[in-house]
Amino acid sequence: MSAREEILGRVRVALSDVDHVPAPPVAPRITPVDDVVGLFAERVADYRAEVVRTTSAGLAAAVAAALPPGDGRVVVPADLSFEVPGAVADDGTFTSYWLDSTAAVVTEARVGIAETGTIVLDHGQGQGRRAITLVPDWHVCVVRADQVVVDVPDAIALLDPSRPQTWISGPSATSDIELDRVEGVHGPRTLHVIVVD
Amino acid sequence: MSGTFVGMPKFPTAAKEALGNAQLRHNLAHATGTIRAKRAAVVGEVDQWEELRLAGAGVKEAALRTLDVQLEKLEASLTANGATVHWARDAAEANRIVADIAKAHDADEVVKVKSMLTQEIGLNEALAEEGIAAWETDLAELIVQLGDDLPSHILVPAIHRNRAEIREIFLDGMAKAGRPAPDDLTDEPAVLAAAARAHLREKFLRAKVGVSGANFAVADSGTLVVVESEGNGRMCLTLPEVLVSVVGIEKVVSTWDELDPLLRLLPRSSTGERMNPYTSTWSGVTPGDGPQEVHVVLLDNGRTNALADEVGRQALRCIRCSACLNVCPVYERTGGHAYGSVYPGPIGAILNPLLKGVGHDEQVDSLPYASSLCGACFEVCPVRIDIPSVLVDQRAKVVDAHRGGVPKPEAVAFKGAAVALSRSRLLGAGERFTGVGIRLARRVGVKKWTDARDLPDAPQESFRRWWKRTDGGRK
Amino acid sequence: MRVALMVTCINDALYPGTGQAVVALLRRLGVEVDFPTAQTCCAQPMVNTGYLDEAVPVVKTFVDAFAGYDAIVTPSGSCAGSARHQHGIVARRSGDAGLERAVAETSPKVYELSEFLVDVLGVTDVGAYYPHTVTYHPTCHSLRMLGVGDRPRRLLSNVRGLTLVDLPGDDQCCGFGGTFAVKNSDTSVAMGTDKVRHVLETGAEVLVAGDNSCLTHIGGLMTREKAGVRTVHLAEILASTESLQLGATR
Repeated sequence: MSAREEILGRVRVALSDVDHVPAPPVAPRITPVDDVVGLFAERVADYRAEVVRTTSAGLAAAVAAALPPGDGRVVVPADLSFEVPGAVADDGTFTSYWLDSTAAVVTEARVGIAETGTIVLDHGQGQGRRAITLVPDWHVCVVRADQVVVDVPDAIALLDPSRPQTWISGPSATSDIELDRVEGVHGPRTLHVIVVD
Repeated sequence: MSGTFVGMPKFPTAAKEALGNAQLRHNLAHATGTIRAKRAAVVGEVDQWEELRLAGAGVKEAALRTLDVQLEKLEASLTANGATVHWARDAAEANRIVADIAKAHDADEVVKVKSMLTQEIGLNEALAEEGIAAWETDLAELIVQLGDDLPSHILVPAIHRNRAEIREIFLDGMAKAGRPAPDDLTDEPAVLAAAARAHLREKFLRAKVGVSGANFAVADSGTLVVVESEGNGRMCLTLPEVLVSVVGIEKVVSTWDELDPLLRLLPRSSTGERMNPYTSTWSGVTPGDGPQEVHVVLLDNGRTNALADEVGRQALRCIRCSACLNVCPVYERTGGHAYGSVYPGPIGAILNPLLKGVGHDEQVDSLPYASSLCGACFEVCPVRIDIPSVLVDQRAKVVDAHRGGVPKPEAVAFKGAAVALSRSRLLGAGERFTGVGIRLARRVGVKKWTDARDLPDAPQESFRRWWKRTDGGRK
Repeated sequence: MRVALMVTCINDALYPGTGQAVVALLRRLGVEVDFPTAQTCCAQPMVNTGYLDEAVPVVKTFVDAFAGYDAIVTPSGSCAGSARHQHGIVARRSGDAGLERAVAETSPKVYELSEFLVDVLGVTDVGAYYPHTVTYHPTCHSLRMLGVGDRPRRLLSNVRGLTLVDLPGDDQCCGFGGTFAVKNSDTSVAMGTDKVRHVLETGAEVLVAGDNSCLTHIGGLMTREKAGVRTVHLAEILASTESLQLGATR
C-alpha cells in the first residue's frame, strides 16, 4: 500500500467515531475606528519603521527623502506607477548577489492593515518579485490611503491566495536573545512607509 | 551537528538536574517573565479575545474532523499549482524524500527555516549521514546548532542561553561553519543579531535547496503559510531554486478565509506582538518569482495515533505558539530539556505520549505527570486545548497500559484506597479513615514529602468523631 | 433548602477545625448543614493519578452519600472542581448509566464555600472579626477550574479588623498538585519555595486560602524554614468573631 493510501486509511479509522463537524464560529470583528489611516501610521511606527504621510503631489519628494544617504543603487519593479529618478527597473534577471549589492528598493503595496500595522505585498502591480523586497537592506514602501483596511479579516477578504504574499510588520526583528525584541536581522533592516492620502 | 534527545531520563530525574542549575533558572525566569508580560499586554488589547479563541479552535477542530477530505483537497490544489506532493508515514520516509530531492540537484547543503517538525524527525542528522549539510537560519536555531546543543523551547529554542553565553557560542562556532564572528563581538543583542546576518548571508545567496515546514496549509487554495520574524524564512522560501516543505498533516485548514482568526491569535500568543514581522504565503510555483521547483511532504509520524484519541485529538489543534510553556510554573523552573523532546512544556507533556503512545517507554510515560494541573496553560491556549484534561486522560492511559502486569506499590495503594473509601460505613471511625491516607502517603512516598516539608500535627479527633460527639456542635 | 457539608477527606482527618468553622459560620448565617457520614473522598487523588477504575466506587459512594440534597458545600476549591468536572468522566468510564445519571444530578449542586456564600446566600459581609494582617493565595482550581474570581477577596475585605495585603505572583501555582508533590517533589518544592518567598515579602502574619491541601504544602515549607507566618483556611477567618477566635494556631 502506498504511503498516501495508508495515511488516509489511518485518518479514516481514527475519525470513525466522528458523527458531526460543528461549523467554526464566526471570528469577531473589532470595533471600526474613525481614523483608520492614522491608526495604521501609528501602529507601523510602533515597530520602529519610519512612517510619513504625504499627498500625490508630495510623493516624489517623500520617496527621495526616504532613500538611504549616498549614491547606492536603487531597484524598482518595472511596473512601478511613479518615477524614482536614477533607479534601475528589475527585468527579472538580476541575481541574488546583484540584489545584495543594491542599497534600496522602492515598491508599492497591495493592502495595509491598520490594527496590526501590517503591509501586505502580493507581488503584483508595482511590487515586483519577492526577492527584490527581501535582499536589499532598505525598503521604501508606498501605500495609498484607500488601500488601508481596519483589520486582518478585511485584508484576507481582499487578497488572492493564488498569488504569493509577503506580510510585513516593521523591519526584520528577532526576540531570540532573552526574548527581547531587536530590530534588524535578515530582511531589510530599514523600512520606510509612505502613506499617500 | 546538534544532538538528539534519545536516551533521556524520566522527567523527575531530568528536572532535578535542571533545578540545580542556577544560571538556567535565572535565564528562564527572566525570559518567561518578559514574554508573559508582553503577551498579556497585546491580548488585553483585543476586546473579544475569548470569541477569537473559539473561532480559532473551531477552524482547527473542523479541519481535523474532516482531515481525510482536507488532505485530498490540499493535494489536488497543490498539484494543480505546480507543486509535487509526497506522503510520508514516518520520520525515515520523510527524511529519505528530502535527501533524494537534494541529491537530485547535486546539493551538498540546504538552508532551513525553523521548523519543529524537521527537528521532530531528525532531518538534519539524516541529511548529514548523506553528506548534506543542513544550515539552520533562525537565530535561536543557529545558537543551538553552533553550540552543539538541544532546543528547549518551541518558539525560542535557545531560551536557556543568555547573551554572554551566545557570544561565546558565536565566537567559537561560526568560524567552523563558515564566516567567522567579528573579533570585536560584544554581547549586545543587536550586535549578535548583526553577526548572524553576516554569517548566514553567504549561505542564503548560494543555496540551491531550501527546506521549510509550514504553520498552516490551506486545502482549498493549496497555500502554505510560514510565520516568522527575522526574514530568514523569506530567504529560504524565495532565493533557492528548489523548495521542500515538510508539513504535518494536522497543519491543514479548509479555506483561505479561515486563516483569519489564526493569524490574529498566533503572534499575540507567541511573541506578544500584534503581528509578527513577516508572514509568507505561496501556492505552488509562481513563474518568474521564487523557487521554480516546489515539493510538499505530508507527514504522519504518529499524528493519526493522536487523532484516534477522542480526548487527546484536540492537541493536534496546536499552532506552536508556546504560550503554554511561558506560563507553565513547571516549565519555568525546569526548562525544556527535562521533557526530553523537541516539544517541551505542557503541550509536549501531552503531544509526546499522543504521538508515540504510552506503556513502552518510561520517559514518555513520565510526561503526563510533569504538571501540577494548575490550568494556566489552558487559560492562555489560543486554540483552547484543554491541556489539564488531556494530561489527566493520558495519566489514565499510562496506568491502563500497565494493568495486568506486576502492580507497582502505587497501584496497590490506590486499589486499597478505593476499597476503603467506598466503605465508610464499614470503617466508621475517622481514625481508620486517616489510616487510609497515611498508608497511601507511605506508598506514594512520604519521604519525598518530608525531605523539604513538615507534615501537620494530627488533630486530637477527626471531624466525623467531633460531629458525632457534639451532634454537629449543638451539644 | 437541604444543605450538606462535604468536609473532604483531608479536612476530616487533618483539619477538623476547618469543617467546624464551616458549620459555625453557616449556622450564624441561618443555615443548618447536615454531615452525611457516608461521605469519604471526592476521588480526585485517583483520577489525577490515572486510576480511573479505582475512582468508580469512590464516586459511587459520593453520589450515594449526597443524594437528595439541594446544595453540597465544601471548603475546598479543588474537591468542588473534582466533583463538578471529573465525576462525569469517571461515570462515563464505569459504563454504568445509573451512575452517570446520579452524577449529573449531584455535580451541579456542589459549591465551593465562597461560591455558596456569595451566589446562593447572597452575602459578602458574614459579620466576621479577625484582627490580623493576611494575604490571600487563590488556589489554582478555585481560580481556573471553578472561576471563583474575587469572591474570597470580597468576603475577606468585609471582615472587621482584617488587613488584606496583595500577594505578588498570586496566580502562580504553589506546586502542591496532589501526587505531583511527591512524584515530582523537586519541582514541587522549587515552586513552593518561590511561593513562600512571595508570602514573606508581604509581611503578612497569616496566609489564607480556600484549600487546606495547598496550605499543607506551603505551610510545611514555612514551618520547616521557621518562617513565622501561619496558614489559615478561609472558613476559619470567616467564622471568627469577637467571641470566637479560630485559626489562631496551626
